[in-house]
Amino acid sequence: MKLLTANRLIDGEAVWLGEGDVWVETIDKAVVAYDKDDEVRLSAVGLMSLNNNVVVDVNLIDVELVDGAIRPIRLRERIRAEGPTTHLHFGKQARPQAAANG
Amino acid sequence: MYRYDEFDHAFVKERVAQFKDQVERRLAGDLTEDQFKPLRLMNGVYLQLHAYMLRIAIPYGTLAPRQLRMLAHIARNYDKGYGHFTTRQNIQFNWPALGDIPEILELLASVEMHAIQTSGNCIRNVTADHFSGAAADEVADPRPYAEILRQWSTVHPEFSYLPRKFKIAVTGAERDRAAVQVHDIGLHLKKNEKGELGFAVYIGGGLGRTPMVGKKVRDFLPEEDLLSYTTAILRVYNLNGRRDNKYKARIKILVHETGVEELKAQIEQEFEHLKGGELSLPEADVAAIERYFTPPALPDRPEGEAILSREAASNPGFADWLRRNLHTHKNPDYAAVTISLKGIGEVPGDASADQMDAIAGLAEEFGHDEIRVSHEQNLVLPHVARADLKALFDRLVEIGLATANAGLVTDIIACPGLDYCALANARSIPVAQQISQRFGDQKRQEEIGDLKLKISGCINACGHHHVGHIGILGVEKKGAELYQITLGGSGDENTSIGEIIGRGFGPDEIVDAVETLVDTYLGLRTGKEETFLAAYRRVGAAPFKEALYGREAKAA
Repeated sequence: MKLLTANRLIDGEAVWLGEGDVWVETIDKAVVAYDKDDEVRLSAVGLMSLNNNVVVDVNLIDVELVDGAIRPIRLRERIRAEGPTTHLHFGKQARPQAAANG
Repeated sequence: MYRYDEFDHAFVKERVAQFKDQVERRLAGDLTEDQFKPLRLMNGVYLQLHAYMLRIAIPYGTLAPRQLRMLAHIARNYDKGYGHFTTRQNIQFNWPALGDIPEILELLASVEMHAIQTSGNCIRNVTADHFSGAAADEVADPRPYAEILRQWSTVHPEFSYLPRKFKIAVTGAERDRAAVQVHDIGLHLKKNEKGELGFAVYIGGGLGRTPMVGKKVRDFLPEEDLLSYTTAILRVYNLNGRRDNKYKARIKILVHETGVEELKAQIEQEFEHLKGGELSLPEADVAAIERYFTPPALPDRPEGEAILSREAASNPGFADWLRRNLHTHKNPDYAAVTISLKGIGEVPGDASADQMDAIAGLAEEFGHDEIRVSHEQNLVLPHVARADLKALFDRLVEIGLATANAGLVTDIIACPGLDYCALANARSIPVAQQISQRFGDQKRQEEIGDLKLKISGCINACGHHHVGHIGILGVEKKGAELYQITLGGSGDENTSIGEIIGRGFGPDEIVDAVETLVDTYLGLRTGKEETFLAAYRRVGAAPFKEALYGREAKAA
């Protein structure tokens, strides 16, 4: 299982490719690639976004489902998705929505 | 303090306008990322995990209160309310938006600051002893020479596209507090038998994946030859440094592969062409720059000792702080004060906007308008009357910056690590925080004594782990964090690279491992006066290995 991730050009925000080929700010709204065909399609959208100067540093990352939630395999990507593990008041984890979701 | 001249003002202003245009063209899609990336890096803008990171130069770590206030303003209004002081005497902001960065650079320019050459394969921010101009053991203030190097190296046409980045450090005291032997060029100011100023010159030191101690190529370089000789070194490196492999492109590799004697001969040959020419430093120019660094007028304040004796007797916390966070000043009525950015359990090197504003105010009130950033990620007020120390301490207590741990085990250097850095393989900050909490008890720390603990989250060694008495390197192994320990490193005038002691430890084991090392030291030292490093140099790695790995170590 893979997701397409990048950083938004204007502010560097970590984003993931979501439904309708829209870049979303939280990983839970990302579209999962379950096979090679999906990966190829996501990568093509990523390349187009890169060329259109919407995002930079586009990468496919490995994920798994844990209790129904998307979880990146690598710690690096988990930190990108949530925020610094030491500054819990920074990053996406500090956003009101994230707090409301517990 | 240094001051920008007309050229500096005009140049930085033009550079900001240029970058503003580049950002606008990037956001409009007129520049691709491949085209833009080298341009943004030339202005200190990186892309990290969560956002862009802006690295701002603080030449030789010297700051005025108005500059620190501007950094606070930027932290508050363009970032998340804090900044991170680094081992290269820079500050980094972790969350600025690309679209805001030109405005931030305009603000910085208004207080004579910039982010030029804080990245890229050029001569980076020149660093120096953080007690420059104040320390009692100083031969001469190294900052005028660092400033001369800054002016010479800024957008130097010949040295803007070197094989790799290039770092220069200068120290002016017997005790090296600038780690000059682990820089591409290390300059140690000294006087010859005639009383003339000059430099011991080291080349090819550095950390990273191939740590090396610099080799001395000149025992005494006359002051006037500083730029001629530095140019000769850079020219030989620029011509012969490897460009085929970025990991082998630093001058340390050139020194290693060529041999220091051969390289020194090449440098001397180049120097012969340059010596006595237009790069010779005229005495008048040196004197003019030295005037920028004239120490503040320090009136006699002999009442300090009586105040300190009285206050320390009734306030153990103040006594602890006096014992740990002061450095002896040239003027016996004064002290250089380390403001620890290593509160117990806190993030090494981070300062909030409010703390920056408060420290700027303290520098104005007690510190003759000077602040320094140390390569150990602390701030320093270099000129404080001893009579004012209690008042300063009380104010530092109010803002949570009175931790009395300078040089102790909790005064940890840690790079941003995997929590922020795109290059990192493991986290550094949480490890630093946990070690700090484990050893947070003041009495225990003082019982352990001087101990430099340094943590890097990847092989690039921004946390200087190779020169930690105890060094910790985070690596990724099978998708998990693992921490390797090195022992016996040192970044002072007796520089040594730490030795890897054995297999690494998981995130849940590393703090216990450090405690085992410390307990082993306490058990084998000859007395409290024998520091961890001295004990390690006396006994070697064996008892530490045995303590960590038991029979496994013996079998090995």
